Amino acid sequence: MRYVIIGNSTAAIAAVEGIRRVDAQGAITLVADEAYPTYSRPLISYYLEGRVAEEDMGYRPPDFYARQGVQVRLGVRAARVEASSRRVVLEDGDELEYDRLLIATGSRPLALPVPGLERPGVFYFNRFDDVRALARVAAPRRKAAVVGAGLTGVKAAEALARVGVHVTLVDLAPYPLSAVLDPAGGEMVRRRLETAGITLRMGCALEEFVGDSRTAQVFPGEWQDLKEKYRRCLVGQHRLTGVRLQDGSSLQVDFAVVAAGVVPNVEVAEGTGVEIHRGILVNERMETSVEGIYAAGDVAEGWDLVRKERRVIATLPNAYRQGEIAGVNMAGGNLAFAGGVAMNSVNVCGLHVASAGLSNAEGPELEVMVAGDPPRWRYRRITLREGRLAGFACIGNVGRAGILTALIRAEVDVRPFQLRLLDEGFGLADLPEPVRRKWDWERGERSWASR
Amino acid sequence: MSSKRVVWNEEACIGCRLCQVHCVTAHSRFPGDVLKAFKLDPQRPVPRLVVEETGPLSFALSCRQCEEPECVKSCLTGALGIDRQTGTVKVEEARCIGCWTCVVACPYGAIRAGAGDHPVASKCDLCGETRSVPACVEFCPNEALRVEERGV
Repeated sequence: MRYVIIGNSTAAIAAVEGIRRVDAQGAITLVADEAYPTYSRPLISYYLEGRVAEEDMGYRPPDFYARQGVQVRLGVRAARVEASSRRVVLEDGDELEYDRLLIATGSRPLALPVPGLERPGVFYFNRFDDVRALARVAAPRRKAAVVGAGLTGVKAAEALARVGVHVTLVDLAPYPLSAVLDPAGGEMVRRRLETAGITLRMGCALEEFVGDSRTAQVFPGEWQDLKEKYRRCLVGQHRLTGVRLQDGSSLQVDFAVVAAGVVPNVEVAEGTGVEIHRGILVNERMETSVEGIYAAGDVAEGWDLVRKERRVIATLPNAYRQGEIAGVNMAGGNLAFAGGVAMNSVNVCGLHVASAGLSNAEGPELEVMVAGDPPRWRYRRITLREGRLAGFACIGNVGRAGILTALIRAEVDVRPFQLRLLDEGFGLADLPEPVRRKWDWERGERSWASR
Repeated sequence: MSSKRVVWNEEACIGCRLCQVHCVTAHSRFPGDVLKAFKLDPQRPVPRLVVEETGPLSFALSCRQCEEPECVKSCLTGALGIDRQTGTVKVEEARCIGCWTCVVACPYGAIRAGAGDHPVASKCDLCGETRSVPACVEFCPNEALRVEERGV
């Protein structure tokens, strides 16, 4: 069996591990446009801070590919897939034949429709190359705007502030982490960011990135052109002078970071007959609509267990689960994914924030319970739907929150003990005896479901 | 591959928490000396097992050493993995950044946020580095804990 994997991040690596659980012999070829061995993307902010060195960025040890028997083609992009002849055509003209193909091309930063985005001095915060370039302009007392106060933007702002940059965090949303937190939780994160010396401009849309007049060269703003754009910024040919906001005010900055969300890299699947919505549509086995082609990770649109719909869940744990299931099935195994649960855990300037499922939602069908002491950095929000746990957010103390995550997956009736869910000491002893007796997750949801 | 783990007998556990005391001691700078571990270790570790108690029910829960560990699959950096030799779930502490994604992923709540200057994921390591029998098992006065070997 010949396997080709496009991509080299979490889902791709998980697929290699999944394939090798079933097939020790088959030829695996992995191709990716980034020239680095697999690295942990969340570590880029730690690299920028200087807390993690380049050699410690690896998501797997350096001997991973050799040990797993994987041929790697790094630094070359897969240009297109020819599904009828089962070939992947690379940018350099080479062709790879496959019996099973995994598309794990991930996502790229959303290009804000804002004039000046293409100017050198405007960075993204998704790839190692982004922070390698940023590390050279991020110096004490320089000024930066970070656009987008989601998880990526918040971590970018924190890392820049830690190296002494004067950071202003800008977002149209009324508070940071608005995609996962409610206003009370978001307010805590705002306070913590401000304590770390970061200025927040919330509820504020960006109008323009302003550069000096010499900035004549226009870059398409596509991620593949970033290297050249970054180079020009670094050699001082062009610079950014500020950003203009919609309320008419301006910020003087030396550079900016855009973290306004991500979009799936579906292009390689176009023209193959693979069904694409926002991401590449996959079933519970991570199969696309074309036989022999699978997709997993940020590029895939699979079942969301909580929202009961197909949706892109661009989180690392979901990418691993999908990638591993894809790999096992590609190799002839038979695994079905009950569905993803959006789950995040992040440390914001020392404040731990964890969320899963419908962590900030409100609605007539939802029951929301909150507890804690926000001024003293403690908050817990529980979302119930039809007597089941549908989501949570824990701030300050995230201890044992995994039991809550599993309760979401278990879809058990939590009404008999629902108030206990708000208690930081909530544990397995709080579960009704029949539920506690069958609380077996040692083989994931399969052992739970088999009980 | 086989793997070991600590299992409990809730009929015998009285929730005395001596397992926690000896877990802390075994992982402190003064393994084998309870008093020094609690009085002299400036970075006293957190216990790697949880004692739960409601009414007469009590049990001491530690890592189940899952075959399909959610913590490993969720780990952002690759610090968590299954040890090839022992089959147990292991934290490579130098690579842990303390994001606690594993804490939010473990269905048993068996991974805790560590203490100290560089807090890392703290979980049962079966005292593998230092002892032949895990300290919690050895010192449980009611023999409510034992090591179970699971063949795969």
